[in-house]
Amino acid sequence: MTVARFWREIPQRYNLVGTKCETCGAVFFPPRTLCPHCRRDGKIVPCKFSGKGKVMTYSVIHSASDQYFDLKPYVLAIIELEEGTRVTSHVICEPDDVYIGMPVKSVFRVLDCDGPDGVIHYGTKFTSDV
Amino acid sequence: MRDVAIIGAGITKFGERWSTSFRDLCTEAGIAAIEDANVAGEQIDAMFVGSMSAGRFVGQEHVGALVADYVGLGGELHIPATRVEAACASGGLAFRQAVAAVSSGMSEVVVAAGAEKMTDVGDSTDVLAGAADREWESFAGATFPGLYAMIACDYIHKYGLTREQLAQVAVKNHYHGARNPYAQFQNEITQSTVMNSTLVASPLRLFDCSPVSDGAAVVVICPLERAHEFTDTPIKVLASAQAGDTIALHDRPDFSTMGATVAAGNSAFRQAKLQRKDIDFVEVHDCFTIAELCAIEDLGFVPKGTAGKFTEEGETQLGGKLPVNTSGGLKSCGHPVGATGIKQIWEVVQQLRGEAGKRQVEGAEIGMTQNVGGTGATVVSHIFGRV
Ligand SMILES: [Zn+2]
Repeated sequence: MTVARFWREIPQRYNLVGTKCETCGAVFFPPRTLCPHCRRDGKIVPCKFSGKGKVMTYSVIHSASDQYFDLKPYVLAIIELEEGTRVTSHVICEPDDVYIGMPVKSVFRVLDCDGPDGVIHYGTKFTSDV
Repeated sequence: MRDVAIIGAGITKFGERWSTSFRDLCTEAGIAAIEDANVAGEQIDAMFVGSMSAGRFVGQEHVGALVADYVGLGGELHIPATRVEAACASGGLAFRQAVAAVSSGMSEVVVAAGAEKMTDVGDSTDVLAGAADREWESFAGATFPGLYAMIACDYIHKYGLTREQLAQVAVKNHYHGARNPYAQFQNEITQSTVMNSTLVASPLRLFDCSPVSDGAAVVVICPLERAHEFTDTPIKVLASAQAGDTIALHDRPDFSTMGATVAAGNSAFRQAKLQRKDIDFVEVHDCFTIAELCAIEDLGFVPKGTAGKFTEEGETQLGGKLPVNTSGGLKSCGHPVGATGIKQIWEVVQQLRGEAGKRQVEGAEIGMTQNVGGTGATVVSHIFGRV
């Protein structure tokens, strides 16, 4: 991923800052700049998420793309944040320990690196919050 | 809107075609289709080419023009060719664009092609991940099998599904593929083959997944009223439907129901004025075993949560109540992504003409297709009948 492509979403990737529609109250993470419910009648403002949520579904990834090759096997999950929106992310735990309904919280971690001399990408992952 | 008919269909052998290039795959299928339709180049007035990612698989964009050129329609005849992309639904969507061109009266004889050359690239996992949301799924570690694995995990949690039932989808599709001379894998397998294969993304194993493939398929269509100029066995397009959904799986209300399949299926049945029981066989998008189960439920053939049992009882195999994926499906016939949607239609043509050989569905009158892009952000569905 190019530096600019990653950098432009640093607030979202580092701090779980998404958006909220003030018209209907819907929250969005990943952020949206247009509310799909209200469309042009929506008013979008930034919204910081608590980072607490629960696992809705998951998979243990054994065959990864080159980007995450060194991490496999790793736990991938769809997490519903307590504010109501859902996000796809790594869960840092033993593959056998993840389950549907597992409480999780966000943490700041290295995601990957563009080779030995490349940019290190940081972002949000989740860990158990039992 | 005019009625439309298929007058010719051609395909390449699917598989690891190391000695054949992208353009040569297209030419091979194109010649077969054009000969089958018995149409001259001068009679063709448009072409649509479905390809998911020729740009990343072989570094070639502008493949509409490339394919038209190499099938002899570009240089002297200057036939307009348009590339169509909707990830793994690119082929089905190219066909739908061709149908729109003919039914609207804009064109008369139109070629719809689908092709992909996937074995020339190393990290095909990353290219395929581009069918999902690159920024918020793929970059977060979601592989394409991983997304379907999360659909499977949700399905198992909600409805229960045995490992044997899931494996039977692949076993059944290999049984069919063993009877299709164009299939990538023409061998039968057992449930233990699937259950002992390598884990890719739990609960999905290698034999739950469609392979990386090279291949192309082409069909030729024209107004129904002119079809008998070209063939004695035209196949009528009874419905052409398409529906969309959120790009990311995490934004869907129910992970194991593909809303776009429900919407496209309902639209197709309304257009064709048919009931579910009228369909003799269906080609669905089994990129992973779980996807086939969701597809036959979401199209309305069986209630939600029962497709595993229906499959286990043999109802989706040749001779069953609803043969599913007689071509071998994506699992056994192969999945050159852009070609798949056209291959499904090619299979329907073979069945409705009674030319499907050892995998013939007895008395087949009406067939249906369902072609999925990504995890269901695009679904294209067609219904066809004998004339
Ligand atoms: Zn709103």
